[in-house]
Amino acid sequence: MLRYTLKRALSLLVSLLVASLVIFFVVEVAPGDPAAYMLGVNAQEDTLAALRAELGLDQPKLVRYAAWVTGMLQGDFGTSYTYRTPVAQMVADRLWVSLPLAAYALALSTLIAFPAGIYAASRRGRAGDMAVMGATQLGVAVPNFWFAMMLVVIFAINLRWFSAGGFPGWEGGVLPALKALTLPAIALALPQAAILARVMRSALLDTLGEDFIRTARAKGLSPGQALRAHALRNALIPVLTILGLQFSFLLAGAIIIEQVFFLPGLGRLVFQAISARDLIVVESVVMLLVFAVIVVNFLVDLAYAAVDPRLRART
Amino acid sequence: MSLLSIRNLSLSIHGAPILSAVSLDVGAGEIVAITGESGSGKSMTALATMGLLPRGAQTNGTVTLDGTDLTQLSERKLCGLRGREVGMVFQEPMTALNPVQTIGRQVAETILIHRAMTPAKVEERAREMLDRVGLPADRFPLDRYPHELSGGQRQRVVIAMAIALRPKLLIADEPTTALDVTTQAQILALLKSLTADFGMGLLMITHDLAVVSDMADRIAVMQKGRIVEQGPTRQLFARMEHPYTRALFEASDHRVAMPPAPADARPLLQVKGVVRDYPLPKTQLFAPRQHHRAVDNVSLTLNTGDRVGLVGESGCGKSTLTRAILGLEEVQAGQITLDGEPVFTGHRPNLDTRRRIQVVFQDPFGSFNPRHRVGRLITEPFHLLDAPPKGTAREAAIAEALNAVGLTPNDAQRYIHEFSGGQRQRIAIARALIIRPELIVFDEAVSALDVRVRAQILDLIARISAEHGLAYLFISHDLSVVRRVTDRVFVMQAGRIVEDGPTERVFSAPEHPYTRSLIAAAPTLPDLTHLKEATP
Repeated sequence: MLRYTLKRALSLLVSLLVASLVIFFVVEVAPGDPAAYMLGVNAQEDTLAALRAELGLDQPKLVRYAAWVTGMLQGDFGTSYTYRTPVAQMVADRLWVSLPLAAYALALSTLIAFPAGIYAASRRGRAGDMAVMGATQLGVAVPNFWFAMMLVVIFAINLRWFSAGGFPGWEGGVLPALKALTLPAIALALPQAAILARVMRSALLDTLGEDFIRTARAKGLSPGQALRAHALRNALIPVLTILGLQFSFLLAGAIIIEQVFFLPGLGRLVFQAISARDLIVVESVVMLLVFAVIVVNFLVDLAYAAVDPRLRART
Repeated sequence: MSLLSIRNLSLSIHGAPILSAVSLDVGAGEIVAITGESGSGKSMTALATMGLLPRGAQTNGTVTLDGTDLTQLSERKLCGLRGREVGMVFQEPMTALNPVQTIGRQVAETILIHRAMTPAKVEERAREMLDRVGLPADRFPLDRYPHELSGGQRQRVVIAMAIALRPKLLIADEPTTALDVTTQAQILALLKSLTADFGMGLLMITHDLAVVSDMADRIAVMQKGRIVEQGPTRQLFARMEHPYTRALFEASDHRVAMPPAPADARPLLQVKGVVRDYPLPKTQLFAPRQHHRAVDNVSLTLNTGDRVGLVGESGCGKSTLTRAILGLEEVQAGQITLDGEPVFTGHRPNLDTRRRIQVVFQDPFGSFNPRHRVGRLITEPFHLLDAPPKGTAREAAIAEALNAVGLTPNDAQRYIHEFSGGQRQRIAIARALIIRPELIVFDEAVSALDVRVRAQILDLIARISAEHGLAYLFISHDLSVVRRVTDRVFVMQAGRIVEDGPTERVFSAPEHPYTRSLIAAAPTLPDLTHLKEATP
């Protein structure tokens, strides 16, 4: 287990290094001069040069890469070209919205998907299975912003249980903040839950066809006991894979939902930074997301090994 | 009254009849075997007894265990019975255990699920049962996982699970079919001693008459969902009243009429000092990588027209050697040549020799693409030729190959799922024949077939090898089959050839201790003349 963990950790570091290189140089070759963008089309050549020097844009690429990476390691992500504020502070503010939102949505999605998938698998081919499959088909097909709008119409406009958007911040207490995130989290969770429930169901059905389920039944376990005691853990590997992918997606992919609910999240920050050629913000946010994806994958790898002893033995 | 009494049991699944009027008894301490070919209803009889039939099953008749009619019980009651009163052991030990749970936990589960003991005593009983089936605590602690065990050891765990609560009846469905002969002998001995010690009834299902002949008290022969004959073992073998029983026995003991080997033989395949190593995963970060030597300095020669056998247990290196001979894998040392030409040149298989060697594998379904017609499937080796036949020449080659294996040219238009297992293996042989090779490797080619089909395929192999002047290398774990169709045999153990010689000599007077142990462990059919004299 230790060797497995060390190996995964090593691969995590290499992935981060490669990702940082790719992100830096891809963003560098993107067209558009941030200095020109900031000063407008009529700017003088010497003013531009002065600004470039101030931003460090006149340095060689490798030096700037090294400065960027060492800065990040110390928590210094540079200064935004457009807002002239530390990127770290901007990202942190947004992360306090996006991270809880993603976690909230993922928790909801898991809470919906696991029981639904298990129920459908245990009633294979019967009415309950058909109902769950029909509902998940709908969940996969309908875009999340439509769910978002319906939730706003029903719960904010008609019932007035929630506000239609905005985020009060965490200073005013945890409950109001969570309440503001509830509708967006549901809108994000529904399509994810539909996918996850289908994966859960098919993984369970595969496992239920295995010989060891028959062995368990021969020992005297009921179908339900065999499912819980033997099928569930074996079916978790594909489910964990999808969960890992979904978390990464939810972190930055919530841009439309953030737009619908006026949430100051990471998705909106990236969108604004790209429009404004704020390269340093784009780089930092993308790097942060890549970091999140790689770390989540690392955790998923560890979860695999926790679930399946054969992975611990093979290195 | 007997322990298990099946009376007039009929079964249909989604309307298709599976069993009709099956009646069978198993007494306490008695071993009863059900035998027959695949699809005869052996396993379904067992599953019906367990109440574990697939969905859509409709039964008629009674299955009485110790006075209780199981067909009338609710699922809840049946769950309380399975594992406690009736245990079951399955065919495939590699997949019968949950891969993510320890063996101790899986054995303990049988006890826990029936709340038969206090949790404190459960572990003690699980340990006791693993000891009893031959898995001692020092080498097999309770926290072992199934993947750390061999097939035979896993089957012992499955048996420990089945007997943990000392059931009155144990059902074993082909418990040794997936195991090597020496392991098979050990597992059969274990089942026998458990039956005697616990006074259990044992209902054993097997396709292999030889396996049951020296172990079962009584035998029931099934064909197409019916028991066609049953009786005490010796009496059944002595009388064999039903023609199907006789047919099964004769096919199991089938003697192939071997045509004389060609006289003007020259060396064809030469294997000289071949070594094949596989790298093992590193155990320590900076330690040098260890290797597993799968084939260790093997040398052998096959002449043209030679009929040679290669026997050995799983993991002995016979498959690795086969792949090396076929030029599918590079070897670390030594050389393999066909007619003096190496089968592997410059890190690639040598096509000139490759087209002169063909292979027939075990699984007659898995080795065909189900979406292609037979005509396309059997012409696949044509890609090895520089100028493959086209048009009418191709049609003629297809027709000839299909005729040679006893099929008709019209079969070229059909898909593989339309054929039975035996016909598929004929198609596999046609595919090997079509480019007129000089050597065919039969890799467990008859192991998945029923005995009567197996007898036909063995006859076919003997006939075409004589007609086409073919040499073959017949690889099998089944000694009795190798004995029938080969003139010479190699015995392989742990990567080495430990004995070779004329087949009859090796089987009648084995020299190496390993060969002797293999032959001693192989189940044999009873000698009929002897039996008939002894039975009134």
